[in-house]
Amino acid sequence: MAVRNVAMREAIRRALHEEMLRDEAVFVMGEEVAYWQGTHRVTRGFLEEFGERRVRDTPISEMAIGGVAVGAAMAGLRPVAEFMTINFAFLALDAIVNHAAKVRYFFDGMFKVPLVYRAASGWGNQATASHSHAPEPIFAHFPGIYVGCPSNALDAYGMLKTAIRDDNPVLFSESIALYPKPSPLPDASDEAAQDDLLVPIGKGDIKRAGTDVTLVAYARGVDWSLQAARALARDGIEAEVVDLRWLRPLDMALVYKSFKKTNRCVIVEESLPMYSFGSEIAALLQENMFDYMDAPIKRVAAEDVPLPYSKEIELLALPNAQKVVDAVKEIV
Amino acid sequence: MPSPSKDMLLDWYRQMALIREFEETCHQLYLQKRITGVYLHLYSGHEASGVGSMAALRKSDHVITAYRDHGIALILGMDANAVMAEMMGKKTGGSGGKGGSMHLASAAHNFWGGYAIVGGHLPLAAGIALEARYRGKDDVTMTYVGDGATNNGYFHESLNMSAIWDLPVIWIIENNGYGMGTEVERASGQTELHRKAAAYGIKDFGRVDAQDALAVYEVASQAVAYARAHGPAVIEHITYRYRGHGVSDKQYDSRDDMSAELRQWMDEREPLKILRDRIQAQFGDVSETLSAHEESARQIVAQSVEFAEASDLPRGRDALLSNTYVGSPLVYKTSDSIGAGSD
Repeated sequence: MAVRNVAMREAIRRALHEEMLRDEAVFVMGEEVAYWQGTHRVTRGFLEEFGERRVRDTPISEMAIGGVAVGAAMAGLRPVAEFMTINFAFLALDAIVNHAAKVRYFFDGMFKVPLVYRAASGWGNQATASHSHAPEPIFAHFPGIYVGCPSNALDAYGMLKTAIRDDNPVLFSESIALYPKPSPLPDASDEAAQDDLLVPIGKGDIKRAGTDVTLVAYARGVDWSLQAARALARDGIEAEVVDLRWLRPLDMALVYKSFKKTNRCVIVEESLPMYSFGSEIAALLQENMFDYMDAPIKRVAAEDVPLPYSKEIELLALPNAQKVVDAVKEIV
Repeated sequence: MPSPSKDMLLDWYRQMALIREFEETCHQLYLQKRITGVYLHLYSGHEASGVGSMAALRKSDHVITAYRDHGIALILGMDANAVMAEMMGKKTGGSGGKGGSMHLASAAHNFWGGYAIVGGHLPLAAGIALEARYRGKDDVTMTYVGDGATNNGYFHESLNMSAIWDLPVIWIIENNGYGMGTEVERASGQTELHRKAAAYGIKDFGRVDAQDALAVYEVASQAVAYARAHGPAVIEHITYRYRGHGVSDKQYDSRDDMSAELRQWMDEREPLKILRDRIQAQFGDVSETLSAHEESARQIVAQSVEFAEASDLPRGRDALLSNTYVGSPLVYKTSDSIGAGSD
């Protein structure tokens, strides 16, 4: 099977396209997904191929996008509802948290809610404070929903397909900065080959093996961690990079296994530092791996500030590979 | 629209008597602390609104409502035992004791539930109706929404979405005069709430005296036929709640002016009495049958209390965690996979 470098946006498009072909209950809805061809071009060509019934432009109504998807899923469809950016998903927080995530529980299993919320996420590009969030941990706070955050084309492809087929609600966060990034994706043409690429819900992945420190990350944090690992290798430090891929469920077994080997950990995330991914992983490590801990757990996250417009101070707020290198050097 | 038969009308009375008996019993049980949940929103006074409108539906149609949901559940045929057991948080409750008063549902009756966030169920209604449209079925989704919810964003977004997608939803605004304690006049710029339909280009079926089950039925039948063929419809039901917003709202009944208002509604607009008079005007003396229905309601409700009190509570960690997800229980801190369990 040929393996080609594919942009993450194209991998997501391919996954969505295949799942729509595979299951007539799958449809997409969201702002500009149809005639505009998708704000991020993920649904390019979908309207022509699947028609208005299955490719549904919505008004700018995030509360309704969030809630209509819940009702349609309860009734037996498999909506893939797009929030143009995850910033706008805040408007739908009630639909996501109180309905998508809880309907199954408060009716004690009477209904399933097989939906996927796709949302473009992330900081940068001078988008300014209200358009600059990577708030995945907020959504992962709530039981009843899964949260997926791919770091590359292959994972995005396999994770989204799994998410669409799963009978639980999934918030699928796609880092805008990673959309154009090419990475290898096999040209799987038949269904069996495609199924081989499925990524199970809650399964993390070791992106680089190492012995001296564990870097735990997701989405863009994986790139910063891998860049940092290459820089550290020049100084003789071998970092292991754990890409958790899903913020809920959290594959802590993978983190523990790595930590038992390295005894040191730096957690890398694009999001804000308070009550964060980093806080959670650090708390779990100290609770469960205390005997293996040779140094304080370090965290690299965004600065605790709303993001400004001006480029230089904007970049100052963001995590990067150098900040990861510096954190590692404090504990190795 | 066929005019309702004598049997049909007698059955409406049966349903209304059951709701009234059930709700007033719930009220007593709450005061006696035999129902202990903090929220309990009773349908007393609203009976004709639900009974008359749902009589216009067929079995394959859908129903969804907010938290004032006991009456809706009973009208659709949910077992009173399961409803009462849910009030008491029992395992035998319709939602296994996990939902309580505000979260009754029955998939078997196409009853998609009671929901506790004001307006939160409105986009769900649109989604349920979308499934029917998507699959080419002509089933409608009857959606009950309080007057207070018409001021919230969910209402605006959901009605608008139903309009642009021609979704077969009948939006029934149950206007009982108060959003919790705030009069409609103090809460809404447009106090004739049905007129909000115009903002979305939705067919407006106007205001109905919802203490009169027959009047409700007549308009609901037209709206259902319209929704089946075309798309969304709005009806405003003018009704009144006999108890507070929730049973815990003590100030409600102690306010003199409100009590006078309440007395007036009960004296002049009592839905069971109106229906009784309507039936007897048309079909003569049916008091024996109506009394039998009232007696039967007392028995059913008494039996439901007995059933509920004798039922077990859900207990233990399995009961706590089950049905958080399809396929696996939630297990935080007891497994290496955090936030969802391993099978």
